Amino acid sequence: MESVGYHILGGIVTIIVAFTVGLTYMGLSRKITARIQNRKGPPFYQNFIDALKLASKESAIHHGFMQHSGPAFLMVSAILSVLVIPVLNNGNWFPNLNFHGDLIFLIYIMVFGSLGMALGSGQTGNPNSAIGVTRGLSQMVGFEIPWVMALVAIMVKYQTTSLVDLLEVQQTGGWLMFSSPFAFIAGVLAMLGMFRYSPFDIVSAPTELASGPVSENGGKYLFTMMSSGSIFAFAKLVLYVDLFLGGASNLIELLAKTFAIYMIPMLYGVVSPRYRTEQAIQYFWGWPLFFGFLALVHALVF
Amino acid sequence: MINDKNSQKIADFIKNWARKHSIWVLAYGTGCGAIEIPPTMTSRYDAERLGVRGAATPRQADVLLITGYLTTKTLKRVIRVYEQMQDPKYVIGFGSCTINGGMYYDSYNTIKVLDKYLPVDVYINGCMPRPEAVLAGFAKLQQLIQEGKATGAQKYKENHEYYRGNLRKIIGNKYEMPLYNW
Repeated sequence: MESVGYHILGGIVTIIVAFTVGLTYMGLSRKITARIQNRKGPPFYQNFIDALKLASKESAIHHGFMQHSGPAFLMVSAILSVLVIPVLNNGNWFPNLNFHGDLIFLIYIMVFGSLGMALGSGQTGNPNSAIGVTRGLSQMVGFEIPWVMALVAIMVKYQTTSLVDLLEVQQTGGWLMFSSPFAFIAGVLAMLGMFRYSPFDIVSAPTELASGPVSENGGKYLFTMMSSGSIFAFAKLVLYVDLFLGGASNLIELLAKTFAIYMIPMLYGVVSPRYRTEQAIQYFWGWPLFFGFLALVHALVF
Repeated sequence: MINDKNSQKIADFIKNWARKHSIWVLAYGTGCGAIEIPPTMTSRYDAERLGVRGAATPRQADVLLITGYLTTKTLKRVIRVYEQMQDPKYVIGFGSCTINGGMYYDSYNTIKVLDKYLPVDVYINGCMPRPEAVLAGFAKLQQLIQEGKATGAQKYKENHEYYRGNLRKIIGNKYEMPLYNW
């Protein structure tokens, strides 16, 4: 059961499931956005067609080594995070590599991809990329602080840095969403920025920045980014479900919970216009930071 | 087995099917035709249901949409944009101006026949073509892609000297394409 082959196979299956679910969610979000705008919209599998087309395109662009490895950094970050986060309760079905202190590891590795992509798009020399990178990193400074505060509050309250321990706590004591509500609110508000949907989509705004950091990447690079983006989206959603919604005991429960969480940034984005960078940072350092402080106080006092 | 003719056929069929249903358009707003693109993309005509989507940069685009007349000044930019696009790539000539000059037939600084400078796959006639006509043009392009007949990029590579020669007749011999690995 605990052999190396079992773990490798499980990892591959986890990645495939994450890719499929992430792409389907993105396709569904396109469909829902279209319905809200009173359009018919593309079919929900449109993103799979796009991915297939991008993978079959030629990519004869060369700007240097970092440009080629930028999307790879994104992929590494997405896969490492999806392998560490427990997908189902009690290690059901999906074996993963989680260990004590994986929450701290996740705080680092979830930023790693964006930093690698920033280096990669820096080398393309496209001015739109450079502007996109500066905006993205400043926005990251905005939402990382309430996010880390929410995580630290949970770590302090339950005296653990392990996701599995937190899952066990929730199986006996109810969801963390209710037992530490302020951390949940801060986490969800930070998630709005983490998904980079509108109103926080200044980083890759197609009309303003010509899609920002990815503007020099086409074809297979874009395919790598798209697939890593979908894997990473799944990882983030599962992390939220594990942290606040008590995990899931089977796949259907997992899909229901992750989709419910996914609707928050998506629906908030559909009805919101785009923020400028300083407005976004002002937003994150307002109420989300306040709830982060409340969560810390709540964790220390109660 | 991989280079077998039949398996190649199957692979081509799948690739062409994906390309057909996922067309990312770089709308180069050279002329007045660009005003017909927003209604085509938004709620009324909703081109996204056919997989037609806007692309932000030439690197990500599949189709270059020349919307209307091209002045000699924008011509070299358009050609540079076209050469930055990745294979497979297609060109749609939009409006009468790209076919024979249209109402600019005797203008001194617009080009009359787009096909001399870029390999056009599909023309959309009209001044201006309505969004229905634009969608019909995309449908025609989809049909050509599925049949494997949208080979403009191949034609451009094979007859590069012809296209570049026509460009030189207008711009002059001094003009060279700039390097862009900056």
